[in-house]
Amino acid sequence: MSAVPSTHPLPERRRVGDRFGDLFLHGLTGAAAAAALVLLGAITWKVFDLAWPAITKYGFAFVTRQGWDTIHNKFGALDLIWGTALTSFSALEIATPLSIAIGLYLSELAPRGARTVIASLVELLAAIPSVVLGLWGILVLGPFVGKDLEPWLHRHLGFIPLFGGSPQNAGMLVAILVLTIMIVPITSSICRELFLGVPTELEQGALALGATRWEMVRGVILPYTRTGVSAAILLGLGRAVGEAIAVSLVLGAGHGIHWSLFVTGDTLASKLAEEYQGSVSKLQTASLVYLAAILLVISLLVNLTAQFIARRFSYERAGGS
Amino acid sequence: MTIETDTINEVAPIEIAQPREAPRSAADREVVFEARDLTISYGNAPAVADVNLSLYRNLVAAIIGPSGCGKSTFLRSLNRMNDLIPGARVDGEVFYHGQNIYGDGVDPVEVRRRIGMVFQKPNPFPKSIYDNIAWGLRVLGMKDQLDDRVERALTQAALWDEVKDRLKKGAFGLSGGQQQRLCIARAIAVEPDVVLLDEPASALDPIATSKIEDLIHELKNDYTFVIVTHNMQQAARVADMTAFFTLERTESGGHGVLVEYDETPKIFTQPADKRTEGYVTGRFG
Amino acid sequence: MAVDAARYSLKLSPRTKRRKLVNLLAQALATIAALAAVAVLALVVVSVAQRGASALSWGFFTKTAATFGQGGGGVANALVGSIVIVGLATAMAVPVGILIALYVAEFAPPRVADLTRLVLDVLNGLPSIIIGIFVYGLLVIGSGQAAWKGSFALAIIMLPLIARATQEVLALVPSSLREGALALGASRWRTVLGVVLPTSLGGIVTGTVLAVARAAGETAPLLFTTSIAANAVTWDPRQPLLSIPFDIFALSESPDPADHARAWALGFVLITFVLVTSLTARLLLARHRKKLEG
Repeated sequence: MSAVPSTHPLPERRRVGDRFGDLFLHGLTGAAAAAALVLLGAITWKVFDLAWPAITKYGFAFVTRQGWDTIHNKFGALDLIWGTALTSFSALEIATPLSIAIGLYLSELAPRGARTVIASLVELLAAIPSVVLGLWGILVLGPFVGKDLEPWLHRHLGFIPLFGGSPQNAGMLVAILVLTIMIVPITSSICRELFLGVPTELEQGALALGATRWEMVRGVILPYTRTGVSAAILLGLGRAVGEAIAVSLVLGAGHGIHWSLFVTGDTLASKLAEEYQGSVSKLQTASLVYLAAILLVISLLVNLTAQFIARRFSYERAGGS
Repeated sequence: MTIETDTINEVAPIEIAQPREAPRSAADREVVFEARDLTISYGNAPAVADVNLSLYRNLVAAIIGPSGCGKSTFLRSLNRMNDLIPGARVDGEVFYHGQNIYGDGVDPVEVRRRIGMVFQKPNPFPKSIYDNIAWGLRVLGMKDQLDDRVERALTQAALWDEVKDRLKKGAFGLSGGQQQRLCIARAIAVEPDVVLLDEPASALDPIATSKIEDLIHELKNDYTFVIVTHNMQQAARVADMTAFFTLERTESGGHGVLVEYDETPKIFTQPADKRTEGYVTGRFG
Repeated sequence: MAVDAARYSLKLSPRTKRRKLVNLLAQALATIAALAAVAVLALVVVSVAQRGASALSWGFFTKTAATFGQGGGGVANALVGSIVIVGLATAMAVPVGILIALYVAEFAPPRVADLTRLVLDVLNGLPSIIIGIFVYGLLVIGSGQAAWKGSFALAIIMLPLIARATQEVLALVPSSLREGALALGASRWRTVLGVVLPTSLGGIVTGTVLAVARAAGETAPLLFTTSIAANAVTWDPRQPLLSIPFDIFALSESPDPADHARAWALGFVLITFVLVTSLTARLLLARHRKKLEG
């Protein structure tokens, strides 16, 4: 008995049911996707909405104004923006060469058997919850930095303003180190994949000329992956900028704009974590959310740029120009 | 020239291509490479075994044979590119001007500096045309008169006129044939002694192929060439010496062996080995 | 056959020696960097384990926190709270995440699919504290905190992770499988529900597990949505419940060393859970991928 579908058409009811089912599934999934977009918009809208009282009161001057005075209800974002910038960019400075080096190690150098193991270990570093890293930061890293690292830096390099000031267990330097630990696994995994994606014939062409492995890396691998690596770095920056919990634990609290890395302070995100629950006035709450709005804008800018660069990189590799 | 065979199965005589000039002999020529009992294995399985072969200065040597018989493997053993494959092992010796390139204390970087390679698929760097040539020169410390060196390499590769107005443009804008000539220019810019070519024209159209063959002909007074090709006619056109490899079956599979190596006309008209005759008259492979 | 020793010598020239040294240095630095990363991981894990393991006991898990001033007590309330909050969040995020992934993989025209993927990537990069503020503004203002509101915030964080993992697994399903079902006369929706989804189930589960591991450790979204909690152990999601990460956060800031000891113990539990589930999920995902790619 042959079963040829066309000579045994499905019963009418079932065909209608199928068409309805298809439409329903299409609609349902489409609605879910639309919901994601709506969610993104809602988050942006809600944050600005909550911040509105402060936005109308201070306007854009909020961004350039220093000082956070809860007693007299005078608020300004500059100290926090400075804190965010100092900690995030410093962490990025340390994390970037580390991540590239680790990415190169995992793609070029590591003995084959060990490659996946070490790669997984590095990725596990990213899985550590930020609150645990913060706990470790306060109670283990902080004392080490305060009692050993900062005094050493102050003794030998104290003429640099970064290392002036008196050593303590909390502060910018600890926060920078913790943020570095958070950035490195993310950026290095992406770098590793980028480096593995360089066509072998390009590598062989360089080696056949008599180049050493490092010369091949500098001449072929790094230029080839330049765009992708910058996207990876931006993603790391986005992570650092948004980190509230670990930073609020190790940074202590403080204000003002100082060059020393030894002082305590606050970032946009950590301020939110600290004061939000204890906010006494409506203006303070709104000002805090204004900080969140600034953080949101920065984060969106950084992440969207990273995403666009990453997409452009794939486009380049596919042969477009 | 035609081949006449006196076997039972009469095969129509095959036209062998004419070279541009009479092939030169190996007599009184310096030995550049000498392979002695060379066996290359991946893991435990040999890919090509017991090769004994000498390559002579300023001659073009072609390596022909059916697919899978280890021609490329042998070629890559001459500049230690097999080192890059994990598990690759070399037994025997390869003497370059009397020095075993696999000896203790010999660094592949030094070996590859003197022995250039052009690959099957053109692989220019994602850099400008100028930088494709200049990069190798800079790395190897030949930075003096960089512009002149680049121009000379491109001229020798018969590419200068086509690219002289767009040296700073990306190499990917060139056609396949031009890219391959760029790779040749890149290889000869660093003044190697020997240039290895691994089926350099197999990805190219006939016109581009012919340009590459012209190039080899022009340059053979300056360099020693070794070319792997699956195209017998090409070997007949460009090579002074020809080596025929074939696959030898063993219990564990098979590996490549060198069957015969002689001056090109002899290989194609009076091959000493039946297997060579079989391949060259088209009865197999 | 004279050998021109100078010209053809393979002895290392001084220049090559220098280049080899630079090469060696570069390799050494890269190796040190990688080992440093692994060392930091070991450092953190060992620190937490050392300080946290000693406080663990059966009573630790089953008793609730002692009232202020008394010693002893356990973390039962935080444990239960976390289970409820993360469990609810998973229930919220998984269906929506799968639906979005289905849309991108099966129905969306290419540009819409790209846009959806972009939206998911951007959502993924948002600071979790901002998501906490969003949910606070949306749900908590006026009506108070509740565990399920914290779940909602965590679900937003889990959503892009589940959607992306599901979408990657769906993409691995060979088109021959889909076409085979369609050729038999099955409709689109039957093909998806009956063939495509079951084939991808392994990958979806492991993607979900990874998202759970991430959500279990998040503190910021819970700060404003479910932090003011009573000491009793309850499973009621309409109440604000204590969670393990928030408990660690609060205890870390306290000056009392007894609180620190509890924080370490909680941290040890949390880090063990997160690391073990992450590792297992990744291994399973790799195996599932290998199976589908054949």
